[in-house]
Amino acid sequence: MATKTISLTVNGQEHSCDVEPRLLLVHLLRDMLDLTGTHIGCDTSHCGACTVLLDDRSVKSCTLLAVQANGKSIKTIEAMAEGGQMHPLQECFKEHHGLQCGFCTPGMIMRAAELLERNPSPTEEDIRWGISGNLCRCTGYVNIVKAIQHAADKMQQQEAAA
Amino acid sequence: MAPRTSAKICGMGHSMKRKEDARFLQGKGNYVDDIKLPGMLFMDIVRSPFAYATIKSINTEAATAIPGVLAVITGETLAQYNLHWMPTLMSDTQMVLPTDTVMYQSQEVAAVIATDRYSAADGVEAVEVEYEPMQAMVTPFQSMEPGAPVLRTDKEGKTDNLAWHWEHGDREGTDQAFANADIVVREKMHIPRIHVASIETCGCVADFDPVQGQLTVYMTTQAPHAIRTVLALVAGHVGLSEERIRVVSPDIGGGFGGKVPVYPGYVCAIAASVVIGKPVKWIEDRSENLQADSFARDYHMDCELAASNEGKIQALRIKTVADYGYTDAAANPSKFPAGLFSICTGSYDMETAFTEMDAVYTNKPPGGVAYRCSFRVTEAVHAIERMVDVLAQQLGRDPAELRFQNFIQPDQFPYQSPMGWEYDSGNYGAALEKAMALVGYDELRKEQAEKRANGEFMGIGIASFTEIVGAGPSQTFDILGIKMFDSCELRIHPTGKAIARFGTKSQGQGHETTYAQIIAEELGIPALHIQVEEGDTDTAPYGLGTYASRSTPTAGAAAAKAARKVLDKARKIAAHLLEVSEEDLEWEPGVFTVKGAPDRSTTIQDIAFAAYTNHPQGMEAGLEAVHYYDPPNLTFPFGSYICVVDIDKGTGQIHIRRFVAVDDCGNIINPMIVQGQVHGGLTQGLAPAMYESLIYDEEGNILNGTFMDYLVPTAVETPHWETAHTITPSPHHPLGAKGVGESATVGAPPAIVNAVVDALSPLGITHMEIPITPPQVWEILNDHGVAE
Repeated sequence: MATKTISLTVNGQEHSCDVEPRLLLVHLLRDMLDLTGTHIGCDTSHCGACTVLLDDRSVKSCTLLAVQANGKSIKTIEAMAEGGQMHPLQECFKEHHGLQCGFCTPGMIMRAAELLERNPSPTEEDIRWGISGNLCRCTGYVNIVKAIQHAADKMQQQEAAA
Repeated sequence: MAPRTSAKICGMGHSMKRKEDARFLQGKGNYVDDIKLPGMLFMDIVRSPFAYATIKSINTEAATAIPGVLAVITGETLAQYNLHWMPTLMSDTQMVLPTDTVMYQSQEVAAVIATDRYSAADGVEAVEVEYEPMQAMVTPFQSMEPGAPVLRTDKEGKTDNLAWHWEHGDREGTDQAFANADIVVREKMHIPRIHVASIETCGCVADFDPVQGQLTVYMTTQAPHAIRTVLALVAGHVGLSEERIRVVSPDIGGGFGGKVPVYPGYVCAIAASVVIGKPVKWIEDRSENLQADSFARDYHMDCELAASNEGKIQALRIKTVADYGYTDAAANPSKFPAGLFSICTGSYDMETAFTEMDAVYTNKPPGGVAYRCSFRVTEAVHAIERMVDVLAQQLGRDPAELRFQNFIQPDQFPYQSPMGWEYDSGNYGAALEKAMALVGYDELRKEQAEKRANGEFMGIGIASFTEIVGAGPSQTFDILGIKMFDSCELRIHPTGKAIARFGTKSQGQGHETTYAQIIAEELGIPALHIQVEEGDTDTAPYGLGTYASRSTPTAGAAAAKAARKVLDKARKIAAHLLEVSEEDLEWEPGVFTVKGAPDRSTTIQDIAFAAYTNHPQGMEAGLEAVHYYDPPNLTFPFGSYICVVDIDKGTGQIHIRRFVAVDDCGNIINPMIVQGQVHGGLTQGLAPAMYESLIYDEEGNILNGTFMDYLVPTAVETPHWETAHTITPSPHHPLGAKGVGESATVGAPPAIVNAVVDALSPLGITHMEIPITPPQVWEILNDHGVAE
C-alpha cells in the first residue's frame, strides 16, 4: 500500500515517518517509535488506555490516523517525568495507590494532565466526569480520584512557590 | 494492630508504597503486546458470524495472494498434527480450530499469519468461508427440551445436551426439614453471563527456535507453570518436551480469572511459530475478547429457605441450571464440578442443606471462568444473601436482626457446615455491627420510615457474606492431577539483600510489594531490599498461579515458611558468630542477641555475609530455602456490606448514596493494598448488579460485544466506597492471613440488590434480577402508579 511521509514532534523529538494512510496513531507510537507506554484496550474508543496529548489536548490515539498528526506535537507518558523527577500526577498515583495492574494508568495520567491544565482545582465530581472516558477495571476509581486531587494541590503549591 | 517491624524494615501491617509502580507510572511496564522480537510475524483470526453452522468450505487463495500474508491455518492444517482439539481444564474437550462445525458466534475458524498487523487483518477479510447455518440452542432450557438436537456430536454416544449433573448435601434430610418447616420462602434468580473485561485483552508471542528445538511463549496467563505442563502434555507428540518449553508471563494488565484458560489463539500462534520457525504475535481485539473468551456466571437458580416462625433458618435447597456454552471450560481446579458453590449456606448456622445442578451445553462461548471469585462462590453468596432478605421481608423482620439471630457464633469455630466445609474462623456479628455503626443504620431506618410516609423510595441493603478461598488442600484441588500447592524460593545474597521467586503471578495485586513485606516480617531484611520475581517458568519454582484469592493463602504462606527455614540456618550461623549455643539466642526481626547480654548481637546482614565467608565447619555455604506449601484447609474471609440507595421516581435511576464495606481477611499484610483490592472488587460487584451482562438474541448473535454497549462502570457510575476492617486471624495459616482479592466482588451484588428491593418493598417487590436497570425500576414504579 502506498505510504505518505509525515513529520511530527514526539516528546520533544522530531520524527519523519513513512506511513500507510490507514495507520493508527497508536500503532505509529508503539510499533514504529517503540513508545509502548501508550496502551490499547479496546477497538471502539471507549477505554482511553491509548490517551496521549496532541498539541496539549488529550486524544485517544487509537481514534486518530497517524497522518492526522502530521505537523503536530505529541506527548506520551514516557515524557511526563523530567530530569529524573516524576510528574506530580505520577507521584500522587503512587502515593495514593491509584494504580494496580498499570494498564490504564498511562492513559489515565495523560487525561488527568489535560484536565488539571484546564481546571487546576477540580471538585471530586469534576474529576469523575473528567476521567469518564478512561476505564479502569482494578481500582474502583476512588484512589485515582484522590491521586488527581492531591496532584492538583501539589501543582498549585509548586506554582505558588515558583 | 501496630506493625511489629520498623518503617525501615516494612514488614506486615505497613502501608508500603508499591515497588512495582515506578515502571507502570513511566510507561515502562512490559506487557505482552510490548514485546518485539526480530523477524516477528503477526497473527489475526477469522471468526464465525454464526452461532451454529456447518462449514462447507474455506477458501484461502485470495488471502494468501495479499502481499505480506504468509499462511492461513485452518482446522484441517492442525488436524494433520492432531492439534485441532485440546482438553479444557475441566477435562472436557474444545476445538482449537474447527474442521466441520462452528459452535458459537465469533468462534475461531482460521488464523492468518502475516508480516504485520494490518496485512494480517487484510488476510482475515479475504478468507472466504461458506457456512450452512443451523438453529442455535441459545438457552439451557432450549437445550434441555426433549428432542433438542445434540450439540456435542463429537462425544460418542451422547444423546442429550447435559454436560453433567451434580448433587451435594443431604437430600432426604433437607426435604424433611422443608416438609416440617413453619415457613418456606422461594425465589428464582439468574446470575447473568458476564465478562471479566480486563483492560488488557489476551495475547501471546510464541517464539520457536528450530535449531535448539526450544519454545518460548510470552503470554497473558495467570498460571504459567500449569500452562507449560499442559503444553507438554498436549503437544508432546509433535516434539514439544517440557524441558524445552519456557512460558513467560510478563506484566499482566488485569486477569480476574479470564487469563487462566488456554484459548485457541495461543495454540494457533504456537503452532504457527513451530511450523514457520519465526516468532508469532497474536493480540486479540476487545470485541474478540468479549465475544469469544471465556464468560463467567450464567447460573439459573431456584432457591428455597426453610425457617421457623421465630426466624430460625433451618434448611436451604438450591436447584441450578448452569449454561456452560459449548464446552465446560471452567477454570475450577477442584474435585467438585460446580467448584465451591456448596459454600451456599453462607454465614448462617442451619441444620441441613442440599444443592443439585444440571450443567448444560448451548451455542454460546465456553466457560465459565471464576471471575474474581473462588469457583462459583459469587453465585452461592448471591443466593443465600438474597434469600435471607426474602425471609426477613416475609417475616416482617429487620434483615440485620434476622442475620444476627442466625449467624454462626464465634464460639462455634472451627465450624462444620452442613455441606461438609470446616470454616476456620469468623466473627460475623462484629463485622455487621461495625458496618451498621459506620453507616448509621438506626438513623437511616428512621429516615427511611419518614421518606416512605412521603411516598419516597429509599433502600438499605445488607450482605454478610462468607467466602471460601486459597485453593487448596491437595486432596480436593488439582489441575489435571497437579496438586494445588504454591511455592517460594528465597535466596539471601552475601550483602544481606534477597531475591524471592514464586509460582504465582500478579496481575495488579502488588505481589512485588506484599511478598517482600512477608519476608521482611520474618527476617527483618528491609522489604525494599527484597526483589520479587514471578512468571518465568525457567527461573521460578513450580506453582499453580494466581486466582481464587490464593496467592496470600498459599504462596504467601510458602514465603513465610521459606523464610523460617532460612532463619533456622541463620540461627546456627549466629550461634557460631557469637560463640554461644542456639538456645542462648533471642530473635527480633533482623537481629539475634545473646540472652542477658544485649551488647552481644549479630544482624541478619552480618549472618548473610558469614553464610558465604565464615560459616561453621561442616555447614553448607549459602543462605537460601525453598518451600512448597500445601494448605491444610481453605481460608474463609468474610464481611458485612451495607448499601443505601435512593430511587428517582421520574427516571427509575438508582443512586447509591452510601456503600460501607467491612471486610475481615484475617491478618493484613499491606492495609493500603487490601483497601485497593476491596475498592476494585466492589466496582466489579457493582458492574453485574447494575450494568453488565452479555446478551444474545435467539439466533445466538451477541448484542453487546464491544465496549460501546457492554457497560463497564466509569468513575461517574462508581460511588465513593467506604471501607473498614475487623481482624479474625486464620488459625491454620502461618501468618493468620486469609486472602482478600475477591471478597468484594462476591459481597457487593446482593447488598445492592437488597437495597433496591428494600426501597421498592412497599410496592410488594420481593426480588429483582440483575443487572437492575432504570427502565426495570421505572416499569415497577409505573405499574404501581407512582412513577413521576
